[in-house]
Amino acid sequence: MAHKVALFVTCLVDLFRPTVGFATIKLLEDAGCDVVVPPAQTCCGQPAYNSGDREDTIAIAQQLIKTFEPYDYVVAPSGSCAAMIKKHYPGLFTDDEAWQARAQALSDKTFELVSFLSDVLKVENIDAKLDKNVTYHDSCSGLRELGISAQPRKLLASVEGLSLSEMKDSDVCCGFGGTFCVKYSDISNAIVSKKTDNIANSGADMLLAGDLGCLMNMAGKLKRQGSNIEVRHVAEVLADMTDGPAIAEAKK
Amino acid sequence: MTQIITTSNFKSNARTALDDKNLQKALTHVERGFIGKRRSAMDALPEFDQLRDNARDIKNHTLENLDLYLEAYEEKVTKSGGKVHWAADAEEARNQILKICRDVGAKTVTKGKSMIAEEIGINDFLEENKIEPIETDLGEYIIQLRGETPSHIIAPAVHVLKEQVEEDFRRVHTHLPEARNLEEPESLLDEARKVLREKFLNADVGITGANFLIAETGTSVIVTNEGNGDLTQILPKVHIVLASIEKITPTLEDVSQILRVLARSATGQDMSVYTTFSTGPRREGDPDGPEEYHVILLDNGRSNMIGSEFQDMLRCIRCGSCMNHCPVYHAVGGHAYGWVYPGPMGAVLTPSLMGIKDGGQLPNASTFCGRCEAVCPMRIPLPKMMRSWREREFEKHLNPSLQRWGLKAWAYFAKRPKLYHLAMSFAIPVLSKIGWKKGRIKSLPFAGGWTKYRDLPAPESRTFQQQWAQREALKQEAK
Repeated sequence: MAHKVALFVTCLVDLFRPTVGFATIKLLEDAGCDVVVPPAQTCCGQPAYNSGDREDTIAIAQQLIKTFEPYDYVVAPSGSCAAMIKKHYPGLFTDDEAWQARAQALSDKTFELVSFLSDVLKVENIDAKLDKNVTYHDSCSGLRELGISAQPRKLLASVEGLSLSEMKDSDVCCGFGGTFCVKYSDISNAIVSKKTDNIANSGADMLLAGDLGCLMNMAGKLKRQGSNIEVRHVAEVLADMTDGPAIAEAKK
Repeated sequence: MTQIITTSNFKSNARTALDDKNLQKALTHVERGFIGKRRSAMDALPEFDQLRDNARDIKNHTLENLDLYLEAYEEKVTKSGGKVHWAADAEEARNQILKICRDVGAKTVTKGKSMIAEEIGINDFLEENKIEPIETDLGEYIIQLRGETPSHIIAPAVHVLKEQVEEDFRRVHTHLPEARNLEEPESLLDEARKVLREKFLNADVGITGANFLIAETGTSVIVTNEGNGDLTQILPKVHIVLASIEKITPTLEDVSQILRVLARSATGQDMSVYTTFSTGPRREGDPDGPEEYHVILLDNGRSNMIGSEFQDMLRCIRCGSCMNHCPVYHAVGGHAYGWVYPGPMGAVLTPSLMGIKDGGQLPNASTFCGRCEAVCPMRIPLPKMMRSWREREFEKHLNPSLQRWGLKAWAYFAKRPKLYHLAMSFAIPVLSKIGWKKGRIKSLPFAGGWTKYRDLPAPESRTFQQQWAQREALKQEAK
């Protein structure tokens, strides 16, 4: 029987880049999943969590748990939001056994998209084509909280025509950090400037990553610098959905 | 050089640091030097992660039984002829040191590298009391000449360029020939050695820090690369060990376990050049050593951390690895943090010691990239503890009210999915229209923090949820 997979589309993809949501659905369906999009979803609560607002974080987490617990799996096209559910939700309920058990159960079946395809569904090859030289940025939460590093590279390697040029320090933060990038914009700018230098020096003509926050930060900086490097979510390439404009690009 | 604390000005300190060309050049050495060396050391020791677990467990056990080990330590120190002085805070520690110095009529004091000495501001205090403190670690010596404080816990002068050191040496060492060549780092080191040698021989008291205090034997351990610490604790009549209470480690065996992760994490060395153990004053028949051996055991807020969510921070062995790998530290350097401890460990420890009201900026200035925790040899969950500080700050209403209001407004919607989607189904198409031509937005009211430095990618069109709902509706109709 097909896995019943609930898509947690994440707030940024919902608002800024629906293409990533559709690409995620396509990848999951191609891999044989039965995909559902629960309408009662908003955000994982990270802005509140990382700002020290426990009360709202818990309320948002409870709502998300209720919404998503009926499904076999929960998949998000973001390492950061998946890690929030997987690594941080159970710790929110240390004083409440019943909710902790529910949070833990959801944690166990929540995955970031690419690692879900690769580690759970054992997808080896992707039916996609892209004649581009790409570089891949490892977003911090996905990399360090969920161990996502080899999976996207492996799947990208099966995309016909695609070559990968690693940038220097691909595992170093891009300076986004959620609200950090506006609260400490000077420092964030210094960090993202180093990142865009490394991206440019890689010689790639497309930048990929698995988290829209980081992608918007890097794309925004690249465009401000006048770069013509295309920026896309890795799901768009894997789903062969690169016909539309790239992030921060005009419609053709 | 009175100690000035500017932690609450972190943001403007950071701006100044970003504009400082010399500093920016110097900071590239942190990124290039430490990271690769640590990596090579890890690669050469496959059991490194196992050693980290051991080190963490040893410290956890110690902290759970800290009172016991502190008492055992004092007993051993006393037995070996030394004396332990308990200092609840910085002022008490300063006065204890001053009294020891005055009792022997000290005029000059040599110092090995010690962050606790910075924490209690001992140099200023001794100077005010007409006792000359002389830093003997090369980096500390350089910043003492420059009237600065350390910008890194193991490389205090990492913010200074070689050319700047040459200038300082020429300015201060006026007794040496003007035409001397100081271009090579070795020549600078030679010169510092020569100048310092005299001072070592004339010092009345030597103050060192301690990397470990061993409860089993009453021994203090220092880990250095220059040998200056040894001369500081052996040559003068009096040796003062200045250390904080969490430096206690139960046994020699435990110390040798933790030593295996310390230097590798810090400089990528298997071991530092010197690892020196000292136990009590000179015994009869000893060829050298001090006549008096004192230990100042500083609390200064640490015992309050025991049993709190910040207890794990007391495992820190001051290797500096967290700051060496921190993108924020790489961008602004150590002085921006405004007090003694910079980088991720400073972002957790500083508010613990000075309070969240003054130290609150530091735990906020992190992207939570997690690299610090990933490299910490003691497996200290630094991002988690920074978040705990943010929670305390939020509970106490210490963060800016505009931020709070923004967050509360956002949370109001995030908790009400229907309302949220309704609001976004109006807002997002508008934002998309604004950026329609170029696919991005150059400036936007209330988004200055973003658009000052980067364009804002415009939303594609309508929200995903809008589009999905429409598709589902069409599918239903088709059925």
